Amino acid sequence: MKQAILEIQDLTAGVEGKPILKGINLRIYPGEVHAIMGPNGSGKSTLAAVLAGRDGYEITAGRVAYLGRDLLELAPEDRAREGLFLAFQYPVEIPGVNSTYFLKAALNEIRKHRGQPELDAMEFLTLVKDKIQLLELNEDLLRRSVNEGFSGGEKKRNEVFQMAVLEPRLAVLDETDSGLDIDALKIVSNGVNKLRRPDNAQLVITHYQRLLDYIIPDYVHVLADGRIVRTGDRKLALELEEKGYDWLLKPASAAAGTGGPAAGAAQGG
Amino acid sequence: MSTATETIAGLVRKEYKYGFVTDVETESAPPGLNEDIVRFISAKKREPEFLLEWRLRAYRHWLTMREPNWAHVHYPPIDYQDSVYYSAPKQKGDGPRSLEEVDPKLLETYEKLGIPLKERARLAGVAVDAVFDSVSVGTTFKKQLAEKGIIFCSFSEAVQEHPALVRKYLGTVVPYTDNFFAALNSAVFSDGSFCFIPKGVRCPMELSTYFRINAANTGQFERTLIVAEEGASVSYLEGCTAPMRDEHQLHAAVVELIALDQAQIKYSTVQNWYPGDAEGRGGIYNFVTKRGLCKGKHSKISWTQVETGSAITWKYPSCILLGDHSTGEFYSVAVTNNYQQADTGTKMVHVGRNTRSTIVSKGISAGRGQNCYRGLVKVQKSAAHARNFSQCDSLLLGDRCGAHTFPYLEVRNATARVEHEASTSKIGEDQIFYCNQRGLATQDAVTLIVNGFCKEVLRELPMEFAVEAQKLLGVSLEGSVG
Ligand SMILES: Nc1ncnc2c1ncn2[C@@H]1O[C@H](COP(=O)(O)OP(=O)(O)OP(=O)(O)O)[C@@H](O)[C@H]1O
Ligand SMILES: [Mg+2]
Repeated sequence: MKQAILEIQDLTAGVEGKPILKGINLRIYPGEVHAIMGPNGSGKSTLAAVLAGRDGYEITAGRVAYLGRDLLELAPEDRAREGLFLAFQYPVEIPGVNSTYFLKAALNEIRKHRGQPELDAMEFLTLVKDKIQLLELNEDLLRRSVNEGFSGGEKKRNEVFQMAVLEPRLAVLDETDSGLDIDALKIVSNGVNKLRRPDNAQLVITHYQRLLDYIIPDYVHVLADGRIVRTGDRKLALELEEKGYDWLLKPASAAAGTGGPAAGAAQGG
Repeated sequence: MSTATETIAGLVRKEYKYGFVTDVETESAPPGLNEDIVRFISAKKREPEFLLEWRLRAYRHWLTMREPNWAHVHYPPIDYQDSVYYSAPKQKGDGPRSLEEVDPKLLETYEKLGIPLKERARLAGVAVDAVFDSVSVGTTFKKQLAEKGIIFCSFSEAVQEHPALVRKYLGTVVPYTDNFFAALNSAVFSDGSFCFIPKGVRCPMELSTYFRINAANTGQFERTLIVAEEGASVSYLEGCTAPMRDEHQLHAAVVELIALDQAQIKYSTVQNWYPGDAEGRGGIYNFVTKRGLCKGKHSKISWTQVETGSAITWKYPSCILLGDHSTGEFYSVAVTNNYQQADTGTKMVHVGRNTRSTIVSKGISAGRGQNCYRGLVKVQKSAAHARNFSQCDSLLLGDRCGAHTFPYLEVRNATARVEHEASTSKIGEDQIFYCNQRGLATQDAVTLIVNGFCKEVLRELPMEFAVEAQKLLGVSLEGSVG
């Protein structure tokens, strides 16, 4: 059996004593694309933050294995260097820090970690050329400070551009589609698809079924009140589009405490 | 408060890698200050009568003055009778005639500080005057500079070799009556650098002075005088370090710059005096008066400073824009970490017509550091069409530090145009996390953000030093986050 890229077991986490994730189970294998959907405030971004190692979240129970290692033991920068990438729901502006310089520094950290030689400015520019084309990125953005004054859509496209350059093993995309116009959505989705390889995986958080017309998921999970209450294939997304979340929420609370219809089981593996 | 905020505020002891002491035999004056000490210093240096008289007038004037207390800094009263006002490595016989004869221990000290003085190892393109406590140890590249008519030597040597020039310019920009610390310096200054660039000469290399305080309980009072004649230009850099000691030590310097018609002086400082430890013990009290006179038409004086050291910094490198069309610039980065306090800024005094000034100040506070910008833009009646642009930005790391901005403005000519911009920002946890998520360690992220914040100032530094300054900023803030 292949080794999972990510394996989450009974993960519970919260902030300042307030539980947010209430027992998450999820297993992602190489080559897979998983989508997570769910109402506002259900814990999708929290899950992404916990995976990336953001400070301020208390892990109260559970385990997360990443490529067979204990993910929660690793510092955030080490997770990134090991190939975990988070495309932020709200990308952060860093005034004064040039975008190209920033991304080169990031790539070189990852290369150093892998024992590869660092790239100089020229080599870096050669390497990013294709990725700029892939995402039809406005090159002007690379000359500006990181995300500073970028439009909402430009920020999202820039996140996927960074992903293209850093070539992660596991990419978590948190609502990368929100804020993109129709053409941009196609370009960015196409970019994400082109980055798909048999040895990497993608976890796509979205509110909109439409994204899943472009990025075809192998599994769709519904996260509600800190639990994965349903797992299905892409047809589940269409069903949600039609019926909303209400029909799923009731069984969720009924099943509370019993483990619920956990996702991992539905996937086999 | 979330744990992330706590880690941002949390401080770890930082390393000061210049904190070693050189074990040399010294010759010192007894502690305390009186006319005899002033005479002692002057006699040690075999000074001409005019200079002794000037020192004594300064000393008598100092006695009538009170220490200023308007700066936003706090420290226990200084007992001026406690300090030693002269300390020098003991010399054998007449003292070294060339750098090759200097005490190897002193050469080794500068080597350790990254300033090799020996012929073979010297920094290319940079002439260095090395000042150790109260005296200059030696100056490199003197001969090459002399071929162009440039004088670059210790102040003591200038007094011996070029007394007329010293007499002509000393105290013309900063008179000893100027302020308490300038008066003190005028009475007891022991050494420093002297640069004279004759008419029409562009100095072919960077000139630089490296100040080192070594002896305990000793004040350093150096004096630097730079004169650029008509059409001359020079770029000068000073660097400073001191050993780590638990007592505070006093440093009160005076720098005077004079630029004649079309002359340009660029003066850069990388100040890294011992800042004290993480609990606020020890560190240098840095009370400095720096002023440039744009005496001639179309002259230009530019100050760039990167201030990372000292327990207390009190300095306002200023420009008096006397010549029509003259230009004054002030670019500053000041970092305060742990218990450091800085009150720094500039004065731009517009006297001539069409004079211009630019002020760019970047204050960075971390730990419990207090950082204060204080700047005066004064446009006199005569200064028609004067222009000033000021920009003061503050960056906070954590929430126990402080940033303060005091811009003063006096405009007496209606044709003047004065602009002021200010901002305060904080390195946010979300910025740090964003960098972490891309593979950058927290310390590197802070350095990256801080260097980005300062880049308008750093790019004003001579190339050779910009990289050093960037690293220094990183080291100064080590442990301030995460
Ligand atoms: N740092 C925090 N402090 C306090 N509450 C938090 C924090 N982070 C998340 N929460 C709370 O946890 C819940 C889940 O938030 P999260 O951002 O994970 O939701 P989400 O599923 O991503 O929602 P959306 O679809 O709106 O993006 C919300 O109620 C939110 O207010
Ligand atoms: Mg969210």
